[in-house]
Amino acid sequence: MKTDTLKFQTRNRPFQQYAGWIIGIGLFLLPLIQMDLTTYLTLTVAGISLGMLIFLIASGLTLIFGLMDVLNLAHAAFFAFGAYAGFTVLNLLNNAGWIDTASLAQSLFYLALALGAAGLAGGGLGILTEKIVIKRVYGNHLMQLLVTVGVSFVIVELLKMIWGVNDEVVPVPMGFQDAFIIFGVFIEYFRVVAIFLGITIFAILQYILKQTKLGIIVRAGVENQEIVKATGYNISWIFTLVFAAGSALAAIGGTMMAIFNQAVDPGMGNQFLIFALIVVIIGGLGSVTGSFVGAVIVGLSFNYVAFLWPKMALGVNFMIMAIILLIRPKGLFGKD
Amino acid sequence: MPDMVETKPSLLCLENVHTHIDQHHILQGVSMDVAAGGATILLGRNGAGKSTTLKSVMGLLPVSQGRIFFNGQAIEASKPYEIARMGMGFVPEDKAVLSTLTVAENFRLSMFRENEKTHKKLAEVLDLFPALKKFWKRQAGLLSGGQRQMLAIARVLVCEHTLLLIDEPSKGLAPIVVDQLAESLIQIKDKTKVILVEQNFRLAQQVGSDCFILDDGRVAFNGPMDELAKDKIMMKKYLGI
Repeated sequence: MKTDTLKFQTRNRPFQQYAGWIIGIGLFLLPLIQMDLTTYLTLTVAGISLGMLIFLIASGLTLIFGLMDVLNLAHAAFFAFGAYAGFTVLNLLNNAGWIDTASLAQSLFYLALALGAAGLAGGGLGILTEKIVIKRVYGNHLMQLLVTVGVSFVIVELLKMIWGVNDEVVPVPMGFQDAFIIFGVFIEYFRVVAIFLGITIFAILQYILKQTKLGIIVRAGVENQEIVKATGYNISWIFTLVFAAGSALAAIGGTMMAIFNQAVDPGMGNQFLIFALIVVIIGGLGSVTGSFVGAVIVGLSFNYVAFLWPKMALGVNFMIMAIILLIRPKGLFGKD
Repeated sequence: MPDMVETKPSLLCLENVHTHIDQHHILQGVSMDVAAGGATILLGRNGAGKSTTLKSVMGLLPVSQGRIFFNGQAIEASKPYEIARMGMGFVPEDKAVLSTLTVAENFRLSMFRENEKTHKKLAEVLDLFPALKKFWKRQAGLLSGGQRQMLAIARVLVCEHTLLLIDEPSKGLAPIVVDQLAESLIQIKDKTKVILVEQNFRLAQQVGSDCFILDDGRVAFNGPMDELAKDKIMMKKYLGI
């Protein structure tokens, strides 16, 4: 009897997995009923690039919330802080007159400078926050919520003090304002850069977490700190490093989103934090792959629905999250 | 280097150690001198303070009073990773392996410094526990209880230690697996000093040369295992055997 049950489960499991993917892909082809192929492809490219931008902020949240189990509501503030750091670099370059005349290669170089500044600023702020605040509240979710809301207020007020309360226009390097056309689909260079950056960061994170000693230590530290400490590793510094990496990713995401929207404002992180939380929950806590797939789902569904039923654009992501959690309570790639 | 001045001749020395867990006063003045070589057993009823003693030595629980010396160096204020780097290994009672990591990853984690020496040591350890080779790529959480315990002990052997603290390795294991474990521990103690917390008196007798009995957070007996085995009153009073 027991053997029969086992055989039954083994035989059906691949079908169930394929069925899930087939239904999922089928759902994403549904908008074709309401639009022509060119519009669909344009929205798909835009959706994937939006998904990659969301992945940047969500991947940081995956490290901090999913892996380290820290409820960090200051993540949105790190995102905004990074956006302003990148904006400052681009503004300086603009004042020097280099932004308006930048070729694609120069634009990429300026973007790298802006992202580097954002990453350093976000990472540095992350180290300070972890060492001063987070370190004292590990394992206490309520305290984490309270203190990170406090940190968030401090950062946002600092942004207002330094850069002012109003929106600022972000100078976008000229090379990114161009576009090319494939099969009638209009694709901006910046969207391609966003997709490339998202995939690159996904690959780097996967490599570090799965293939390197550091990744093994981080995964082990999340499961059992006692063993890791007793093996000779200074887990305190390793967790600081992970928190800083998560904050740096949020900051890099902030700069990318600032260029994408061509604007920054001190409260800009909050709307994207909602997306990032949805992505992390859909993907499964602590799963970078889950965040990547979740970000693509959110980016695509947001874009399709925003075109067809604009008022439903945000709501549809909550619906998707609810449906996925009903079917898989641990998320798409969450471990039981 | 003020700590270096306060030297003690034994490998591990505890002087009047007190440890609290929350508001509970668990260790109430534990003093012990452990010489190098062989295996020393910590015995006692549940809640006597055996595991707390090991965790206090390893730095995983803060010592509220007293001194601990390892190789002559005061370590009661040291961090666990600093103590581990001095040459002390620890196998905890529960969750002694990382269940989300593969067997290979568990070993890689244990190799604090990966070099030719540790890789050679790994080969030796796998000869001692050949069953683990078969499950090299398997997630440790999917191993049986006995295999997990073997992995827990094997992973600390990969690094050169002068002292190994092992907490109840036989807990929940089938008798045949306990026998295999005893054979492994006998081989280990020939090369590395072992302090073993054990409830299974037969295993303790097989492996240990001397013992400490803890009772209510204090040392109630210290002497050779043979002497304890002959003392039926002591056995009944402190171990309920």
